[in-house]
Amino acid sequence: MAFLDLQNVSKSFGGHSVLTNVNLSIREGEFVAIVGYSGQGKTTLISMIAGLLKPDSGTVTLDGTPITGPGPDRGLVFQNYSLLPWLTVYENIALAVEQVFPQWDAPTRQAHVDKYIAMVKLSHAKDRLPKQLSGGMRQRVSVARTLAIQPRILLLDEPLGALDALTRATLQDEIGGICQSEGKTVILITNSVDEALLLADRIIPLTIGPGATLGETVPVNLARPRNRTELNHDPEFKRLRAQVTNQLLSFNSTRQTTLTRKLILPDILPEDLDKPRVHRPPRRLSEEKSENVTIA
Amino acid sequence: MNKFKFDWLILPLVGVLIVLSVWHGVAGKKIFVTDAAGAIIEEKRIGLIPDLPNVVETWTSSLPYIKEPFAKRGEMDQGILRFTWYSLVLVAQGYAIALIIGVPLGFFLGLSPTFTKMFDPLIQVLRPVSPLAWLPLGLVLFMRAGPEAGTYAALFTIALCGMWPTVLNTAVGVRAVPQDYLNVGRVLKLSRWKMLTKILIPATLPYMFTGFRLSLGISWLAIVAAEMLTGRPGAGGFLWQEYNALIYEHIIFSILTIGLVGLILDRLMSLVEARFKATS
Repeated sequence: MAFLDLQNVSKSFGGHSVLTNVNLSIREGEFVAIVGYSGQGKTTLISMIAGLLKPDSGTVTLDGTPITGPGPDRGLVFQNYSLLPWLTVYENIALAVEQVFPQWDAPTRQAHVDKYIAMVKLSHAKDRLPKQLSGGMRQRVSVARTLAIQPRILLLDEPLGALDALTRATLQDEIGGICQSEGKTVILITNSVDEALLLADRIIPLTIGPGATLGETVPVNLARPRNRTELNHDPEFKRLRAQVTNQLLSFNSTRQTTLTRKLILPDILPEDLDKPRVHRPPRRLSEEKSENVTIA
Repeated sequence: MNKFKFDWLILPLVGVLIVLSVWHGVAGKKIFVTDAAGAIIEEKRIGLIPDLPNVVETWTSSLPYIKEPFAKRGEMDQGILRFTWYSLVLVAQGYAIALIIGVPLGFFLGLSPTFTKMFDPLIQVLRPVSPLAWLPLGLVLFMRAGPEAGTYAALFTIALCGMWPTVLNTAVGVRAVPQDYLNVGRVLKLSRWKMLTKILIPATLPYMFTGFRLSLGISWLAIVAAEMLTGRPGAGGFLWQEYNALIYEHIIFSILTIGLVGLILDRLMSLVEARFKATS
């Protein structure tokens, strides 16, 4: 019995089919990465697992129970951090902890929050507001907030998409380490094949819409802990990267492009830059009385 | 530094001087017609607008009210700050009523599309109605309230006119709460009350304070109208009574006072508003 199970899930928005017949089953403790192009329904898929969206057809079950709405058993790390800007780092996490563990007394909760702030190495910044933090720090807070509610499954929706390459690499290592030590079931949504290979046990490519669905699973049997510098020379890593990349590129070649709008070019003619610059209005094609054509 | 002073001190002063001189130029002047012996036969006013008091007359005539701002010589003859204080107290009460009604109304409008469809057209009709039009209705409503009817009518007018900017800004603010924040609340399964106090209200505060500032401005507009019609002592009541007493200098004096107090109130509110915008 799969831990998380999606059966023939479809979703469309305003008559446009986004996802069709998505089938996915994930075992407990597994780290699955879903890789795909931007705007092809990755966020829609994870929102349905989180319960923020309802599928048009098909079922989503967690541990045998159908998912009907959002809940703290599925911890969602949002793409854009979604920290509440009027609360400090500590308060943001404490709000979540108070809500999910109302039975705990204040010192227990406080220790719990502090533990997760320390886990993402932000103890020095716990009384700062989100606007006083860098992008990477904000995403760390977001991860800590999600982990602190101890969800049964962790949903990472392009968590590192908005970060620069260096911060991204650091956070990949941190998230990888934390997930490994906590032994959580994780679904990572990403558009980076390298990120998926570094973190996941299994990579599932998402095909291209309209009506995208999940492609063929690629198991990642690289030894853990994975080191990004060593991996770059690992032949198995290279082979897997080529395989996933090719699979993704093959989706793209089948994509049909249709032109639905007439292109209107600006009504302006090029300037002769050899002539001295004088202030004059731009030449417009529609205003030209005659055109000189030189034939060599 | 010099340039700075020039911008905020010299240029505004030049503007004020220009307006004062134009006023003085078109205003009337008192002259005495004397006979050959030098005895005064009559006094008359000359000038482009003979009855408009000039700058000097306005100043000398207003001086007693400024010199003793808290004096109370009679019901309608009091120092200017005393009058202003009466008006401010009434505005504060009406404004408080406006906020107490306006904020929840704004939240309902922002949260419920059904509620919006039901009441938005009505609000759009009532919103542009002038304070002068509401006051008679207020007087009718509180006719049986005895001697305080005028006060209640004034409060009714201030609350009703001052409410709309708060209502509409709160509604816009609630609708503008980012979906991400709401999703955080949904994932955590916050109760309705917690959703309101922890997410909706903090996220809406900057909008609400813009509404509060505009509401205060309108309340101050309404108080003058209300006082003029009910004849209560206050900045507006003073203006109307001096018009009836043919002391035109005091009309200009009252207008300036009302304007200055309005400006100060607006500045104070923008300070508060800026604080709230900065923290969110």
